[in-house]
Amino acid sequence: MKPLVAIRQVSKHFGEFQALKQVSLDVFEGEVVCLIGQSGSGKTTLLRCVNQLTSADSGGIWLDGELLGFREQDGRLHRLSEREIARQRLACGMVFQRFNLFPHMTALENIIEGPVQVQKRKPAEARDAAMALLRRVGLADKAGSYPSQLSGGQQQRVAIARALAMTPRLVLFDEPTSALDPELVGEVLGVMKQLATSGMTMLVVTHELGFAREVADRVVYMDQGVIVESGPAGEVLRAPREARTRAFLAAEVG
Amino acid sequence: MSRSEALADGFPDLSGHRIARQAHWGRWLTAAIIVVILLAIGRAFARGQIEWSFVERFIAAPVILRGIVNTMVMAVAAMTLGIALGVVVAIMRLSPNPVLRTVAAGYTWLFRGTPLILQLLLWFNLALVFPTIGIPGLWSARAVDVMTPFLAALLGLGINQGAYTSEVMRAGLLSVDIGQYEAAQAIGMGRLQALRRIILPQAMRVVIPPLGNEFIGLVKATSLASVIQYPEVLHSAENIYYANSRVIELLIVAGLWYLLVVSILTPLQMLLERRFARGIARSR
Ligand SMILES: Nc1ncnc2c1ncn2[C@@H]1O[C@H](COP(=O)(O)OP(=O)(O)OP(=O)(O)O)[C@@H](O)[C@H]1O
Ligand SMILES: [Mg+2]
Repeated sequence: MKPLVAIRQVSKHFGEFQALKQVSLDVFEGEVVCLIGQSGSGKTTLLRCVNQLTSADSGGIWLDGELLGFREQDGRLHRLSEREIARQRLACGMVFQRFNLFPHMTALENIIEGPVQVQKRKPAEARDAAMALLRRVGLADKAGSYPSQLSGGQQQRVAIARALAMTPRLVLFDEPTSALDPELVGEVLGVMKQLATSGMTMLVVTHELGFAREVADRVVYMDQGVIVESGPAGEVLRAPREARTRAFLAAEVG
Repeated sequence: MSRSEALADGFPDLSGHRIARQAHWGRWLTAAIIVVILLAIGRAFARGQIEWSFVERFIAAPVILRGIVNTMVMAVAAMTLGIALGVVVAIMRLSPNPVLRTVAAGYTWLFRGTPLILQLLLWFNLALVFPTIGIPGLWSARAVDVMTPFLAALLGLGINQGAYTSEVMRAGLLSVDIGQYEAAQAIGMGRLQALRRIILPQAMRVVIPPLGNEFIGLVKATSLASVIQYPEVLHSAENIYYANSRVIELLIVAGLWYLLVVSILTPLQMLLERRFARGIARSR
């Protein structure tokens, strides 16, 4: 089976500092992969490379067999136009740590913005689909609320609905619960769990090891820009092979 | 309730006390001084060499009314041009394309760096440089015919305003969180669409107060167009006092009109601010 996302030998520098060192990773259709690791290990950078908010210095990322960001021709790589990159981004939704809802739009308007303005779907249809999504994340009664009138957990659930409204092939999550008060974490993880059960492909950066253990098909541990260990959630979290993974998990739990 | 009963733990019971009004003697004193000064100024003007009957006679004279209408038409037209240019130039300033960035910076440098009155005179006298203007092969005309006082004033004021407005707009665009731009990209928007749908509406909230300021400045700057024969209100007042020598009276007439216009603009700005505070004002 071919992976939905194939990350191959991706490196990224910020000036002198190398945030990603020859990272390779596969994500298969329907799979939930959790990325864990210390602060500064490059998890966010890797995620941002997948939806091209950051462009890698070298290496390649393929989504459904299509090379992202470049066109290969005569042994050279040519950068794609902004329009092409925008089209490629439609295949993956993104949920941010700080929600990034549009504050001047209601929850419903946030969700239909992409479908109507980018995908040119009919507003009435988009609205129906958005209401269905709001029901799915348990916020049907908040359709007309502005983000400033919603709690953090509610905002993040709207953000998930906004990502899903584009009918993406996979959804990227960057620490979706770390900006939330502890009592609001559960409602967001609940929505994500339900999404995983429905078969959505998910690449999730998280510090919620409980969530990873319960939901992830695979857990990937990163440290200093490299993938140290990767495998089934049970194995990596319960019986890590690498000493660094063990030290990280011990510190996280303790 | 004059005596405070002691509570069980020895502290006095203050729960029934009211907070006494403060006396603010300083405020009364300053207010009195200001009233005296105002009265003195008012008396000086009332006794001075001003024929108030002329102010009354000309305040609503047809020429003056036409003048104030022309002033407003020019201010609105030049501001519209200024905002259009300002938005475009601000976006160019923030573009990844170095050519666009340089052009935009050069425009701001040139038009902020020279006096407005000089720019007006240059536009008006463009015919001295280019006797005929047009698009080669398509259309051409004599510059003197095309460059009317209206057009020269519009170009001079609007293009100058654009240079200032672009800086206001740039500040507004920069004030929007970078995460908003990334969220727009993540739902597949291109640069311009993200700017139009997501970034600009949020920037508007920030730029309206300084833009209101700019517009008030522009209303008054239209008076400079009197030097190139544009018939705005100051020009009309001047024409009248050339004939009847009532200089101060007519300057007062023009001044009162400017004050009135500016007074009306402030509540209009409040309305606009409320419109663009959607989603933000509600919670605060
Ligand atoms: N735009 C940038 N400019 C310079 N350095 C950056 C930039 N973005 C990230 N870095 C650096 O790259 C490294 C990896 O950052 P990244 O955000 O990917 O880490 P992370 O694993 O997501 O950490 P965290 O758990 O704190 O979110 C960090 O050392 C960070 O300082
Ligand atoms: Mg991160």
